[in-house]
Amino acid sequence: MLARRNPQLNAHGELIHLLSIEGLPRAVLTQILDTAGTFLSVNDRDVKKVPLLRGKSVFNLFFENSTRTRTTFEIAAKRLSADVINLDIARSSTAKGESLLDTIANLSAMHADMFVVRHGESGAPYLIARHCAPHVHVVNAGDGRHAHPTQGLLDMYTIRHYKKSFQDLTVAIVGDIVHSRVARSDIHALTTLGVPEIRAVGPKTLVPGDLREMGVRVCHDMAEGVKGADVVIMLRLQNERMSGAMLPSAGEYFKSYGLTEEKLALARPDAIVMHPGPINRGVEIDSRVADGAHSVILPQVTFGIAVRMAVMSILAGNDA
Amino acid sequence: MTQLSLDAEALYAELRAGVARLMTPSTVIVGIWRGGAWLAERLNADLKVDRPVGIVSSTLHRDDFGERGLGASEGRTQLPFEIDGAHVLLVDDVLYTGRTIRAVLNELFDYGRPASVELAVLVDRGGRELPVAPVFAAAKLTLPSDRRLSLAREHDGRFTFAIGEAA
Repeated sequence: MLARRNPQLNAHGELIHLLSIEGLPRAVLTQILDTAGTFLSVNDRDVKKVPLLRGKSVFNLFFENSTRTRTTFEIAAKRLSADVINLDIARSSTAKGESLLDTIANLSAMHADMFVVRHGESGAPYLIARHCAPHVHVVNAGDGRHAHPTQGLLDMYTIRHYKKSFQDLTVAIVGDIVHSRVARSDIHALTTLGVPEIRAVGPKTLVPGDLREMGVRVCHDMAEGVKGADVVIMLRLQNERMSGAMLPSAGEYFKSYGLTEEKLALARPDAIVMHPGPINRGVEIDSRVADGAHSVILPQVTFGIAVRMAVMSILAGNDA
Repeated sequence: MTQLSLDAEALYAELRAGVARLMTPSTVIVGIWRGGAWLAERLNADLKVDRPVGIVSSTLHRDDFGERGLGASEGRTQLPFEIDGAHVLLVDDVLYTGRTIRAVLNELFDYGRPASVELAVLVDRGGRELPVAPVFAAAKLTLPSDRRLSLAREHDGRFTFAIGEAA
């Protein structure tokens, strides 16, 4: 198994599935970001559609709920002229007891060309990629705590858009790092793209010391974590963490780790504030920051469509 | 193999003279990325056109996308003027099958409805697979299909031709 090549790449090193940012070479990440730049300009046209995926069927398989990610994937596929089929899997076949691979086999029989998969179990998209027909491409739209590669890529696009380069940057990721697939994908992407200082900021229960093994600086003090940062990525605090006794209360969390104007003032004057959404105002981020001049949370959403168009069109152009 | 020596600078001078005759007060020059964009930029400057130059890329409308996929540096369409009602003069380095021109026309029409589109090229190498014809070609020649001909730009801005094996 160890000698097996990265299942995301074909023999020529081209991307055929996007399952995780981990293990992808810098050149592939840069190709996706550059291509996304081309697709961003599609918004400027009268006709906001290009024919690259004409005649292809993209199946959105969301075993876990997500409005934003599913919608932006759908818009991206439609702007590429693909036929998009949204399956509310959670409420259909799986509920009737069908196995994941049987579901995939059935959808393949419906001539799917691409699966966009969100799943609560880490690794589910890998399983699908291993068992689907050779012409089918799989995009991981978030699996368990493992990875959310298109979110990681759109975060990188956003950073490059505002900061022009990844050299000399200090990036602080604040919040529930340990349960966050976004944080994991961001850390792998930032590392691959050469960001010299990546900080993981949050309480010990959510930012354990062994994160240092990923090459990040662990900060349990918000002021220390944000100080001098060029980029502050806030993560959503998931309510279930609160009930799971990992945290005292939302109010207390906000006091220590919520991003307020006062705390943001410790970052660089031109710092940008990012958030994968949906935001919890008053829990991890103050409204004045979320709506303030440093916030690039809404541009992230726009860039996300271009990045997903780039990923899907690159995959569709590469053979297994 | 065909021994070929093409003086790109001499052909450029002919193209410039040909394009000068085609220009109207409202013509906009649009170069096809990559070689055509170099030509368009230089033509716009040499002919002292007071409108910006446009660049158009065939990438998003190519019919060989399935085989070639998307490369990292495919160029990006930039049309800093209204396409609706514009008189567009497309410029390219080498006209061959006509497939790039078909893709580029679709790309242009994504931005609006031009009043007219004409095509001027440095070299027409024959081998058309679509009904496409230039209004001006500085040179016409026949090349075997296993040869690839494209424009290159030196550091000092001078043009040369690159001739190689077709992929």
